[in-house]
Amino acid sequence: MNALEARNVTKQYATHKALDSVSITIPEKTIYGLLGPNGAGKTTLIRIINQIISSEEGTIEIFGEPLQEKHVGIIGYLPEERGLYKKMKVGDQLMYLAQLKGLSRKEALARIKVWLEKFEIKDWWNKKVEDLSKGMAQKVQFISTVMHEPRLIILDEPFSGFDPVNAQLITEKILELKENGSTIIFSTHRMETVESLCDHIALINKSKKILEGPKKQVKAQYKSNTFIVEHKGPFTLPNRYELVGQNVIEDELISTTIKAQDGIKGNEVIRDLIDLTEVHTFQEKLPTMADIFISLVKGEGDEALKKHLLEV
Amino acid sequence: MNKVWLIIQREFLNRVQKKSFLIATILVPLIIPAIIGGLVYVAIKESESAKAETVHVLDESKLFKFENNKKFNFVAVDMPLEQAKKAYNETKDLALLYVPAIDINKPDGIAIYTKENPSIEKVGELESILAGQIHDFKLKEYNIDEAILKTLRPKVNLKQFNLTDKGEEKSSSSGLLYGLGFALGILIYMFVLIYGIQIMQGVIDEKTSKIVEVIVSSVKPFQLMLGKILGIASVGLLQFIIWIVLITVLSSVTMGYFGAKMPQQQAMEQMNKSFSSDPEVKEAMNQQNGKVGEFLANASEIPFAKIAFVFVFYFLGGYLLYGALFAAVGSAVDSQQEAQQFQFPVTIPLLIGYLGLFMFILRDPHGPISFWLSVIPFTSPVAMVGRIAFGVPDWQLALSMVLLIGGFLLTTWIAGRIYRVGILMTGTKVSYKVLAKWFMQKG
Repeated sequence: MNALEARNVTKQYATHKALDSVSITIPEKTIYGLLGPNGAGKTTLIRIINQIISSEEGTIEIFGEPLQEKHVGIIGYLPEERGLYKKMKVGDQLMYLAQLKGLSRKEALARIKVWLEKFEIKDWWNKKVEDLSKGMAQKVQFISTVMHEPRLIILDEPFSGFDPVNAQLITEKILELKENGSTIIFSTHRMETVESLCDHIALINKSKKILEGPKKQVKAQYKSNTFIVEHKGPFTLPNRYELVGQNVIEDELISTTIKAQDGIKGNEVIRDLIDLTEVHTFQEKLPTMADIFISLVKGEGDEALKKHLLEV
Repeated sequence: MNKVWLIIQREFLNRVQKKSFLIATILVPLIIPAIIGGLVYVAIKESESAKAETVHVLDESKLFKFENNKKFNFVAVDMPLEQAKKAYNETKDLALLYVPAIDINKPDGIAIYTKENPSIEKVGELESILAGQIHDFKLKEYNIDEAILKTLRPKVNLKQFNLTDKGEEKSSSSGLLYGLGFALGILIYMFVLIYGIQIMQGVIDEKTSKIVEVIVSSVKPFQLMLGKILGIASVGLLQFIIWIVLITVLSSVTMGYFGAKMPQQQAMEQMNKSFSSDPEVKEAMNQQNGKVGEFLANASEIPFAKIAFVFVFYFLGGYLLYGALFAAVGSAVDSQQEAQQFQFPVTIPLLIGYLGLFMFILRDPHGPISFWLSVIPFTSPVAMVGRIAFGVPDWQLALSMVLLIGGFLLTTWIAGRIYRVGILMTGTKVSYKVLAKWFMQKG
């Protein structure tokens, strides 16, 4: 089952279209990266999923049901602009937010205790938020997002404001939530996060979705038949190859990046190279998400992109 | 609805638990009786120490007879004006009254010399003494006997009665009604303004602390707005009830203390005066005692239950009507300073009701302007409550109430549409055009 399926969602503001017929499919129990530059429409889409605003056109299904008011309880949302009631105590605040999500007092109390324990901040219950540091407040905010055990968790730039230690802690918790069956949507433009955590990605640019799919598949789609060889001794490239870059690593060890003509498989390349030089390592160079992101957003797509866009 | 209830609870508890609430709730009732007590104390001291002030009189016309009274002690001087001025200057007395040799048909040139500017009241009293005597001289010229003269100045005190529809007589006291209308009108005005601004402040806080996006992912913006307005209303009501109870208790204690002292003094004075055996003074005293009784009797005839009901109705109605508008203003802006440009237009109708209370309603409670002010929803909370004690026809009251209910439903609807967009907008330069656009915007 899909955790979320949006079809042709369109949001029109007075002066511009924030979303132009966007369709995405988020499989259950995955970490789904929603990528795109600032102002592309990510936040608008997230707000529509959270029923903060409504769309003019399109439908959204959540776990097989049309999105309705009752679903706020199964969604956890961490907005990019974080905020808590400054004058309120941590415990009271979490109790309030949990009850707004539909938990009873008793349930809320039990869950909050578990989570404060997990983050080892049990003694913060009576602290006011204004007395916490930014990182501490972020932890409380994270707890408020996940304490009602939502099936769908939406995190907008979750790591901003965390130091590396806490970012690591949050990452662990996110993976744990995924293990326990939650589906997680990341909205981010931090490519290292996408690279390491996301299973699926969608790229939104200028109010349109321009790419979606499992991360591996997307990467495979954008590989450009480029290989990196570490070798000893120079050689002359046959005509079917193109030299992309070369640099000396140490002594006579050289790293050379080459691009093969379409249709040439990796094994063929190795075969060719063995006759030419002493090969130490050989690997195919897959594009990073950052490469794909930048090339797509800048509109300087290569042939593969153009082909892909035609398919879409 | 359950979520609105949660929001109401939070707003209520969060404010009630603050120290500032505790302080305001306890201090205000302490301060008000203290002020009343202080004023009464000063008034008593004043009346105790009020001595007749000396006025030098240089009467070259030899016409006037100045009798000493409570306020003035007249000292006749007989010397040229320049000398009299010098003599007066050496004293600390109130004034030098100079009456040149005049013709009573043309009383010009009478002058008063003082060191400080005397109060209009005192000058007026001296003028009326002079005018009264000239009046008498003229009557005497027409050979009217002094006994008749006395009967020409009768003491008149209008006893007021209202005729009910059934023709029964109801005595009334416009002074009491004036005071009641005045106090209730101001209370509503202050309540709406103070708590309306609290709503606005609360909305701005939620917006600037960015919590609002988290909240509206759980509840509808309209629910959040409604919960906030109702939560703060309950804080206001609680505070108000505590104030009423504390003020009543403390005031009756202070008034009891000073009140017990006052009649005693009056009795003493009366004793002194009855020894002076002036029949007029006695008469006045009796009249005054009669008046106190009348006042109390009138007070008991005012329909307090009805007034209390109307007061609570307009108290809540006015608050809800303006509360929604204040919430909309708070949602549109990013800071308190920015809010001022919109806060002012919102408070103008309230201010009109407040000014109308003094200018029209208390003076002419049944005039056309008073009618309109007490029927139009934006001014009716202050105006109708100020007017109710004077007796308002039932159909007018009903019309006003229906319009007020309609009014707050309308403002809440308009405010809700602005609010839902405004709370998510930061860093926008907001104008009325932008607000209209938000209002029209779908979803």
